[in-house]
Amino acid sequence: MDKFKEQGMKIVFLIAACTSVLAVVLICVFLFANGVPAIGKIGVFQFLLGEKWKPANDLYGILPMIMGSIYVTAGSLVIGVPTALLTSIFMAYFCPKKIYPVFKAAINLMAGVPSVVYGFFGLVVIVPAIRDIFGGSGTSMLAACILLGIMILPTIIGVTEASLRAVPDSYYEGSLALGATHERSVFRTIVPACKSGIVAGIVLGIGRAIGETMAVIMVAGNQARMPKGILEGVRTLTANIVTEMGYAADLHREALIATGVVLFVFILIINLAVSLLNRRTSNAN
Amino acid sequence: MPINKLTFSQKIKAYKNNPASLIMFLLVYIGAAISLISLLFLIGYILVKGIPYLTPDLFAFTYTSDNASLTPALINTIVMTLLTLVIAAPIGIFAAIFLVEYSGKGSKLVKLIRITAETLSGIPSIVYGLFGLLFFVTTLQWGYSMLAGSFTMVIMVLPLIMRTAEEALRSVPDSFREASFGLGAGKLRTVFRIVLPPAVPGILSGVILAIGRVVGETAALMYTAGTVAQIPNLMGSGRTLAVHMYALSSEGLHMNQAYATAVVLLVLVLLINGLSNLIAKRIVKG
Repeated sequence: MDKFKEQGMKIVFLIAACTSVLAVVLICVFLFANGVPAIGKIGVFQFLLGEKWKPANDLYGILPMIMGSIYVTAGSLVIGVPTALLTSIFMAYFCPKKIYPVFKAAINLMAGVPSVVYGFFGLVVIVPAIRDIFGGSGTSMLAACILLGIMILPTIIGVTEASLRAVPDSYYEGSLALGATHERSVFRTIVPACKSGIVAGIVLGIGRAIGETMAVIMVAGNQARMPKGILEGVRTLTANIVTEMGYAADLHREALIATGVVLFVFILIINLAVSLLNRRTSNAN
Repeated sequence: MPINKLTFSQKIKAYKNNPASLIMFLLVYIGAAISLISLLFLIGYILVKGIPYLTPDLFAFTYTSDNASLTPALINTIVMTLLTLVIAAPIGIFAAIFLVEYSGKGSKLVKLIRITAETLSGIPSIVYGLFGLLFFVTTLQWGYSMLAGSFTMVIMVLPLIMRTAEEALRSVPDSFREASFGLGAGKLRTVFRIVLPPAVPGILSGVILAIGRVVGETAALMYTAGTVAQIPNLMGSGRTLAVHMYALSSEGLHMNQAYATAVVLLVLVLLINGLSNLIAKRIVKG
């Protein structure tokens, strides 16, 4: 009886462990099975490189959305990466011990704030600010970049801080002993030593920025045309799915699922890059 | 970690000789200040604007287009969270038990499980939403329902629970297990009676993080649980608080109520974060 129970529970544990495998397989199968035929019907090049998204006229080109996602992500990196790097350096090497727990809790909280709250904040603060300063409607690529720049901070800070702390103290001490200042030691010896950790953090931030949906929809304007400028509205891949999925049917709906497939492939590539970078870091140590 | 302490005047002198260092010093502080201020500004702004609108009307039991009550959404959020945890927590913990207690280190299956869990944790929520729509809503014909929503959430929070539970189980010293085997206990008894209890705080902190994810989720729920503002049964459509918040702000008719809803959502997230910090602190101490 006991043996039966032992074996039975072992199988239960095994099945539980395989759930994640099953989930990934199901996600891949259902996304690709529903999305790929649409890409075939529309034509790979018309779909990926078409500049017009007009479901009413059966024109399904998602290049505007791909470019939108890339521009918005790049813009958010321009804003987010320097801030995140400086913050993580502050946390690892400048922060007074007493403040550190508070600061760490704040960064954790930042990661926990729901994206819809970020989006609402962008809608009521950032968008009007842009409207007042630059004119226009305010819902723009710039608003999305600023908001996403803030949202990716905790992701990048977490990874970068951990890799900064993993650098052996002897590097820093050796640099000090040679007469360098604290700042010079940090920026010239420690930061270069954890380059791959920093890159991993940034790539993770890219993943977060590309996949972000609700916050971007609320501030970006969502016009389905090629991005025209930093103060004009823009639509990302994620926004394309959410704004039209509610009423889409037939080929339109399949084209939206195919948009999800393109997004999914982007994310898989980014995941692969992160795990390769992590492997390199752990090999180096 | 300074190995030599400088006095204030020595520092000033050092910066005078190395202006570049002074600039970097200032930049680091400015960067940290920007991060902190953007968070504090966000929380402060929403609290200040939202708290005056936390009226009794907002907490009326049923939603009408006049009162924009958040009670149904709040109850849906709680139901959705419980439903998700009831399914995801056992699966996640059992999976972790398998990874830590029952499998060899180099086995191919473990590698595969780890890769897929990593993949899952990187997938954006809208892709989960699409999958939920295709699989639970359409293929299994559950329709827009709380059940479809919570199953989508289960897949989303599973890697989080698995990872934290695995770390917690691994941190239990092997001597515990050896002592238990030495006294004649079987494997199963050892796992449940000896290994699991000391790992509970670690597991709990992962579960709390998962609660935070479910409470804050919007994109994955819009096309699985739907957006109807009511308290449904399991197969009915209902919006959670985050979806409610999105609906209010995109309609744009109830901006004051949207502020107030944001306050409730933020307070929930603050509580959840505080709780997980508290438990994490206890782990470090214990």
